[in-house]
Amino acid sequence: MAGLIIAESAIFTIFVVAYLFYLGKSITGPTPAEVLETPIFYTICLLSSSLTIHLAAKSLERDYTRLFLGLWLLTIALGGLFLYGTAQEWHRLIYEHGLTISTNLFGTTYYSLVGLHAFHVTAGLIMLSVVAIFAFIGRMGVRQSDRVAVLSMYWHFVDAVWVVVFTVVYVLGR
Amino acid sequence: MSSNVITVPVGQTQAKPWVDELHQWLTTVDHKRLGILYIVSALLFLAVGGVEALIIRIQLMHSHNNFVSPQIFNQMFTMHGTTMIFFVAMPVLFGFANYLVPLMIGARDMAFPRLNAFSFWLSFFGGLLLYFSFFGGSGLYGAGSAPDVGWWSYAPLGARAFSPGHSSDYWTLALLVSGFGSIGTAINIIATILCLRCPGMKINRMPLLVWMNLVMAGMVLLAITPLSAAQIMLLIDRYLGGHFFDTQAGGSAVLWMHFFWIFGHPEVYVLIIPCFAFMSEIIPVFSRKPIFGYPVMVAATVCIAFVSMSVWAHHMFTIGMNSYANSFFTLTTMAVGVPTGIKIFNWIGTMWGGRIQFKTPMLFSIGFLFQFLIAGLTGIMMAASPFDWQLSLSYFVVAHFHYVIVGGILFALFAAFYYWYPKMTGRMLSERLGKWHFWLFLIGFHMTFDVMHVPGILGMPRRIYTYEPGRGWDTLNLIISIGAFIQAIAILVFVASLIISYFKGARAGNDPWDAWTLEWSISSPPPAYNFATVPTVASRRPLWDLKHPEDPDSRYE
Repeated sequence: MAGLIIAESAIFTIFVVAYLFYLGKSITGPTPAEVLETPIFYTICLLSSSLTIHLAAKSLERDYTRLFLGLWLLTIALGGLFLYGTAQEWHRLIYEHGLTISTNLFGTTYYSLVGLHAFHVTAGLIMLSVVAIFAFIGRMGVRQSDRVAVLSMYWHFVDAVWVVVFTVVYVLGR
Repeated sequence: MSSNVITVPVGQTQAKPWVDELHQWLTTVDHKRLGILYIVSALLFLAVGGVEALIIRIQLMHSHNNFVSPQIFNQMFTMHGTTMIFFVAMPVLFGFANYLVPLMIGARDMAFPRLNAFSFWLSFFGGLLLYFSFFGGSGLYGAGSAPDVGWWSYAPLGARAFSPGHSSDYWTLALLVSGFGSIGTAINIIATILCLRCPGMKINRMPLLVWMNLVMAGMVLLAITPLSAAQIMLLIDRYLGGHFFDTQAGGSAVLWMHFFWIFGHPEVYVLIIPCFAFMSEIIPVFSRKPIFGYPVMVAATVCIAFVSMSVWAHHMFTIGMNSYANSFFTLTTMAVGVPTGIKIFNWIGTMWGGRIQFKTPMLFSIGFLFQFLIAGLTGIMMAASPFDWQLSLSYFVVAHFHYVIVGGILFALFAAFYYWYPKMTGRMLSERLGKWHFWLFLIGFHMTFDVMHVPGILGMPRRIYTYEPGRGWDTLNLIISIGAFIQAIAILVFVASLIISYFKGARAGNDPWDAWTLEWSISSPPPAYNFATVPTVASRRPLWDLKHPEDPDSRYE
């Protein structure tokens, strides 16, 4: 998983570089400063889900399966909430501001970078849900805690990437 | 080591019907079978890519030739380059890594056998996807067209307006798919080496081949992924109307070049480092001496990996970067020659004073040393950016990188074939055919690629489909083309030798070369379970210790 994370980091790096390189190079509007709003609430959701998945993995190690399931579902809910936030933002950008992927360079790089991250969140949510199903039918125990630890590593990675994307897109980029 | 083989009860060894056999090959997750699948598929693509090279050479044999149309010529050099790098060189090296790494570290299999199979099929079908463009490139209703925008597909040539139809999409998707396969394999190699070493196989006792494949896999993770990212961007441009590389909307064509070469240059080292690995195993065995300077070799490899990540823009001296960038990339490119030189000295130091046996693997290794040195020297020439301004995009560049890829990588690969074929099949490759293969290929290689430097210096640009008579290029091009055909004959000898030896070759036994690494301690071909008892290692040459209990290496380490 560490290998995968290195590889994924390189992919994200390239997209971040492209985003920074094209900042302010758009020929037509809208610009980031005009349309972007900082999604503080949804960012808190995603970042706190890192905490819940960590606690969930710890509780599985100690074989508290009920607690594990609860925390795990909370993680999924927080991740889903974040994804809902992204969807809402995109909806607003497309319908209110007419910004799509082909509008200008900002649109191209913004949707690619944020979309790539949202894709990773979605993939993570699918994997988390599979684990949740196994937990519901009582197949999760101490023996699976190593695998859950690997999955939680991935989730931490997705969160860490969001910190970078957030900084680049919403802080530096405006 | 016959005690190390589990006897199979009679009745299980009977020949299986071929359908079963085929089914087992298609569904296998065994690292040895997947290694062989990688190698065989690479050989198939080598034949295809070789035919494309011959078509290019026939077309350029004399001036105003009409053997193929300009359109076909463009497709040929694009497909030749793409095929040779992505579907010959990478898979064959992954194949050897797959086969050898677990055996050399005393493991049962790779860390993730199913991921391994998945990666192989990804890269194989990636190749098929690329070649399907010959039928489906313009959409299924029309005649097909292969990609024809060069293997680096510079923007804006790759954009929809300049590359209509789907030929570029096949190129993009094939590279994306096989790129994911490469990432999977790289993760697998790293996990295998870090987690599955047998007792006593400390990280500083691993055979150099394992060390270098570890470095190679690390580089794949950092080098292939930028290409994948750039391909995704190109797809967004082509299908969703994005503007990444669209200069009319403020995008940048130069950015594509940067992204491509951030992949492209480390890729050269991804290919050559496993070849260094072959050399570091083969030269000591045939010099009857342990490798000279093991720790320095490892350090030089890691050093090359780091430095090679910061040399990419030496492919772009002619696009007009500022002088600081030019100086930086000139310096880093020259710096990467230092650890490479250290390696060459170490191999010569290994041979120095040894009892050298001139078997076929050793012949190819010595050829590698000389040719790789010359390739490195022309590389240093072009690292100087003013010199590069003069010769960039000429046949001098083509001669240089073929010197690396054919004279270096392919010679090392042939050495590896002759050295490990007995382990993979249980039969020796014929020495007589091997000598024929070596000398024919050597003569053909030098006829083609030594001479090719000259028209480059005379100003012949690369990728032209024909040229005017009377520029002094005609005779040279004829010699180059004749050399290409001699190489093709040598390859035919090689393939014939592979096939004949498979059925009629002398039995190899466990250890035909009196070598020192773990793979030679088990039968040839190895049983599915590799090691009946997990081996324990006390030095860098475990088999030497076993054969010479009175004077083991472990006493000196």
